Amino acid sequence: MEQAAGRAGASAAGSSASAAGSAKHFDAATRRKAEDLVSLYPERRSALVPLCHLAQSVDGWLCPDAIREIADLVGISPAEVLGTATFYDLLHTEPVGRHVVSVCTNVACLLRGGEDLLAHAKTSLGVNAGGTDADGQFTLEEVECLAACDRAPCVQVNGRFFGPLAPDDFDSLISDLRDGKLDDVVPSHGVLSRVPRDVGLAAGMSGARTSAGATPGSGSEDRS
Amino acid sequence: MTVTSAPKIVSSRFRFDDSYTLERYLATGGYEGLRKALTMTPEQVAAEVDAASLLGRGGAGFPAGRKWSMLRKAPVRYLVVNGDESEPATFKDHHLIERDPHQLIEGALIAAYAVGAAQAFIYVRGELALGLERVQAALNAAYAFGAVGKNVLGSGFSIDVVLHPGAGAYICGEETALLESLEGKRGFPRIKPPFFPAAIGLYGEPTVVNNIETVSNLPWIITNGGAAFAALGEGASTGTRLFALSGHVRNPGVFEVEMVKTTFRDLIYAPVYGGGVRPGAEVKAFIPGGVSAPWFGPDQIDMPLSQEEVGKAGSMLGSGSVVVMSDQACAVRTAWRITKFFYRESCGQCTPCREGSGWLEKIMHRIEVGAGRMEDLDLLMDVCDNISPGVTWPPAQTTICVLGPSIPSSIASVVRMFSDELLVHVKEGGCPYA
Ligand SMILES: Cc1cc2nc3c(=O)[nH]c(=O)nc-3n(C[C@H](O)[C@H](O)[C@H](O)COP(=O)(O)O)c2cc1C
Ligand code: SF4
Ligand code: FES
Repeated sequence: MEQAAGRAGASAAGSSASAAGSAKHFDAATRRKAEDLVSLYPERRSALVPLCHLAQSVDGWLCPDAIREIADLVGISPAEVLGTATFYDLLHTEPVGRHVVSVCTNVACLLRGGEDLLAHAKTSLGVNAGGTDADGQFTLEEVECLAACDRAPCVQVNGRFFGPLAPDDFDSLISDLRDGKLDDVVPSHGVLSRVPRDVGLAAGMSGARTSAGATPGSGSEDRS
Repeated sequence: MTVTSAPKIVSSRFRFDDSYTLERYLATGGYEGLRKALTMTPEQVAAEVDAASLLGRGGAGFPAGRKWSMLRKAPVRYLVVNGDESEPATFKDHHLIERDPHQLIEGALIAAYAVGAAQAFIYVRGELALGLERVQAALNAAYAFGAVGKNVLGSGFSIDVVLHPGAGAYICGEETALLESLEGKRGFPRIKPPFFPAAIGLYGEPTVVNNIETVSNLPWIITNGGAAFAALGEGASTGTRLFALSGHVRNPGVFEVEMVKTTFRDLIYAPVYGGGVRPGAEVKAFIPGGVSAPWFGPDQIDMPLSQEEVGKAGSMLGSGSVVVMSDQACAVRTAWRITKFFYRESCGQCTPCREGSGWLEKIMHRIEVGAGRMEDLDLLMDVCDNISPGVTWPPAQTTICVLGPSIPSSIASVVRMFSDELLVHVKEGGCPYA
């Protein structure tokens, strides 16, 4: 984890839009996916959140270089990208652990033991909500309703649901994650969807508007 | 206990393990509604939905047909399907997204055809990783099958559908915030008027925003006719509806029930639905429609699941989520947690919402942990009154969106229904349930 470098870079990201053009953080394959994402929308900026998810799927968080490259792709300043990203809970502008463990304590989970589960999680992982453990394996979060109240009290790890969970279930979940037993079910943090879009925005489709510079369907047809 | 014989309209495939695949979808009548819609004119499709008097399932309960008809004059550019589903205790769209993604895609296509949209966006909250994978896989399959893209099912109608992931912000469910979010910005609700994105929507162009469950009803309505839908339920509350039941019931879950013919008691107690409260416990209170709604007590449990009746009684069916609190639940703690949610999720643009939510959270918390004062009870109502004058239902509007004026709902409910419990907290210096 490049915590210190990350912080220094974050302020640099806000300082200069003109330097953005030279940023090349994404590798060729990621860059191609990024350009495909931009081509789906009538206006480039709409791709901002999907691009942030893409960057997180590579790095686990939104590092300053990724922010610069996203700014370049959507045609705004890195400061605007950062300012937008900080609005959203799932976009991390600081490094997080390989597993982000989100415990819900909202009303349905509260009624079924969500607070006790969070307290147990803190002790068990040895971190407070918002903290990451020493070896960078786990970040713990207290979150609002995850729309899985039928599984209350429920927990997400990297966007995958578990619940209802008693404290013991929580501990075995953590040890399975630690031992890599759930790697197929729970990819590392930032990997939101493992199913890519395999069709592009068909060129010249019925009146869909495109913004200046974006070529509709630029090479994104039939890519999987 | 009433369990009506109404058909399952949106959850009919939930019983199959492979309900999310194109194969299962096609084998169970999938894309037939779209095929039929494409032989009709867009006006005929809209008329069918009007005849069904389908009320929007996103929370506000606005008639879908009427929303569309506001657009018939201007060409609509965009259809946006709202799958943000972040209202606490609401999880019905989660099931529709994961378990029947083709149904919502087909519904979106029918809506897009009816309003003449050139592009559709399906916005799904970013926490639903599996749901996002299922919808994308379904879209890929639907493109390959020819149901989406150029010349849909050979009809000459073309439409592109894009799945857009959210990134964690309750307020993005509010339709104008959702459009801002879809434009790649912070999810700040837009100033009204215009009251509907029909006038100025995505990229400033006419846009229809409909909820996931609303569009999921469309394939059935087109296949079976609006009249068949309107024959279910009663009055303005037609059809069936998904209810998300949570809290102190034996079987929390999502249940499709016929509107009006079913009561809260049926939903909570029928063995095929909630199965009753925990052994040895009674219902102390329940929230009839998401945490923005005022609470009901046991004396309202026989009320029908009707949008009009619940509205008249001073609350709402809202997003179709019913939270049951047994007599073992602390009303103060529950209301405090709801207030904390609003405090965290207020977008911060309006003073009454941003500041009021924080004050209410702090006061409720100090009462719950035993540091409350007698004057706090009046203070709570005073802050509520500052957020929404009169603390009426429906609440007086003071802010850009209705999140702010909804904040007093749970507090006012506790003050109204459980003032004795608040007093015990203050007098005994702590929570009697802790
Ligand atoms: C604070 C707030 C949150 C909302 N969240 C959602 C939501 O998560 N999903 C939804 O469909 N509608 C939500 N709505 C309602 C939408 O603004 C909009 O009315 C709805 O999506 C329209 O669809 P419908 O007419 O099909 O119901 C919310 C409204 C507010 C004020
Ligand atoms: S009422 Fe609250 S959430 Fe809505 S716009 Fe105002 S501050 Fe934002
Ligand atoms: S309250 Fe925890 S998932 Fe809904």
